[in-house]
Amino acid sequence: MFARTSALVFLPQCGQVRNMATLKDITIRLKSIKNIQKITKSMKMVAAAKYARAERQLKPARVYGNGAGALYEKAEIKAPEGVANKHLLIGVSSDRGLCGAVHSNVAKAIKAKIANLTGEGKEVMVVNVGDKLRNILQRTHGSYLLLSCKEVGRKPPTFTDASIVATELLNMGYEFDQGAVIYNRFRSVISYKTDEKPIFSIDTVANSENMGIYDDIDADVLRNYQEFALVNTIYFGLKESTTSEQSARMTAMDSASKNASEMIDKLTLTFNRTRQAVITKELIEIISGAAALT
Amino acid sequence: MFGKGFWWKIMKIGTPKFTLLFGMKNQVYFKEASVKQVDVPTLTGAFGILPAHVPTLQVLRPGVVTVFNDDGSAAKFFVSSGSITVNADSSVQLLAEEAFPLDQLDVAAAKANLEKAQSEMASASDEAARAEVQINIDANEAIVKALE
Repeated sequence: MFARTSALVFLPQCGQVRNMATLKDITIRLKSIKNIQKITKSMKMVAAAKYARAERQLKPARVYGNGAGALYEKAEIKAPEGVANKHLLIGVSSDRGLCGAVHSNVAKAIKAKIANLTGEGKEVMVVNVGDKLRNILQRTHGSYLLLSCKEVGRKPPTFTDASIVATELLNMGYEFDQGAVIYNRFRSVISYKTDEKPIFSIDTVANSENMGIYDDIDADVLRNYQEFALVNTIYFGLKESTTSEQSARMTAMDSASKNASEMIDKLTLTFNRTRQAVITKELIEIISGAAALT
Repeated sequence: MFGKGFWWKIMKIGTPKFTLLFGMKNQVYFKEASVKQVDVPTLTGAFGILPAHVPTLQVLRPGVVTVFNDDGSAAKFFVSSGSITVNADSSVQLLAEEAFPLDQLDVAAAKANLEKAQSEMASASDEAARAEVQINIDANEAIVKALE
């Protein structure tokens, strides 16, 4: 009697008692996780195929893009310091998610640059290629968005895409002095780095000090050259960005599949334990019932 | 501190090395290639580029680019448009929008395209359409001329 009351006193005071999961719950959970694992595995395969193609196309695009930027490097073109110049940032990303930290990295870099430049009193506008970027930037930096491009990432980017972006950008009429294309540079299958490539306006290039050594340049030629160089830089950013995005998606889906397998293993063990517990319970009921009758 | 290697490198930079980067967006034909001469068709006329050419920027027009290798052989390509940069250190970046070796182009197809474009010119209505057809005509004329 004493033991019974002390047992009653020592009941733990839990506010919420969780029922042990029934077999049915575990089965449902197991089935849905197995489906998810199949989906992530197939997404990984698709991303791997797209990545292989993107990397193949990246090699010549890289040489081409570096060649396009060679003028700026060799002539060391810089915008005049100290003058309140207008900046233009082109953030390159895509529409689709499930690819790791690709979009947020570019958005972070853009936000940091905006903070820097507005801190120095310069004017900044942002063009973003890719819906995900727009979603991230719209909330806090919506006033800086000049132009936004959708339907990026479904098919591999072409030079035509880059030229469309450049045409629309130039038609907007925002007279920028210098700027940068911010993209994810592809380093290897498991790593990429957010990088930027500079772009300059026609006036900046024409007035830069080292341009004097370049012979026989008139305004028309320079304008054509500049527009072509702008498209090239955007194209380069697009190509690198898609390669990084596909490799990031491959890695993300791979770890998702691995996590799903782990969960499946654990759940299967729980399922077996629960099944044995149910059988034991039924046996006990039968036996105690039989014992009560006899 | 600098040692012999540094001075030797300085002395070697007597004649600037003439390196060519020639490619279009998804294919690179020459990369850091050392060549003797390059002939390019530009908006202001066709000219040849030799080592130690004065630095310049030019825009290409549809035409034939001829690359003369060090061993004397010449490679011809048809370019649609693009830009060329000659830098002070004698490196040349020839970035074409589209460039193909001449033997990959078909004269008959080019002539057919040219005729079609010329007939479209008559029916082109506004400035933009007319400009597009004109570009078509220019490019096809240049192809036909290059292949004949």
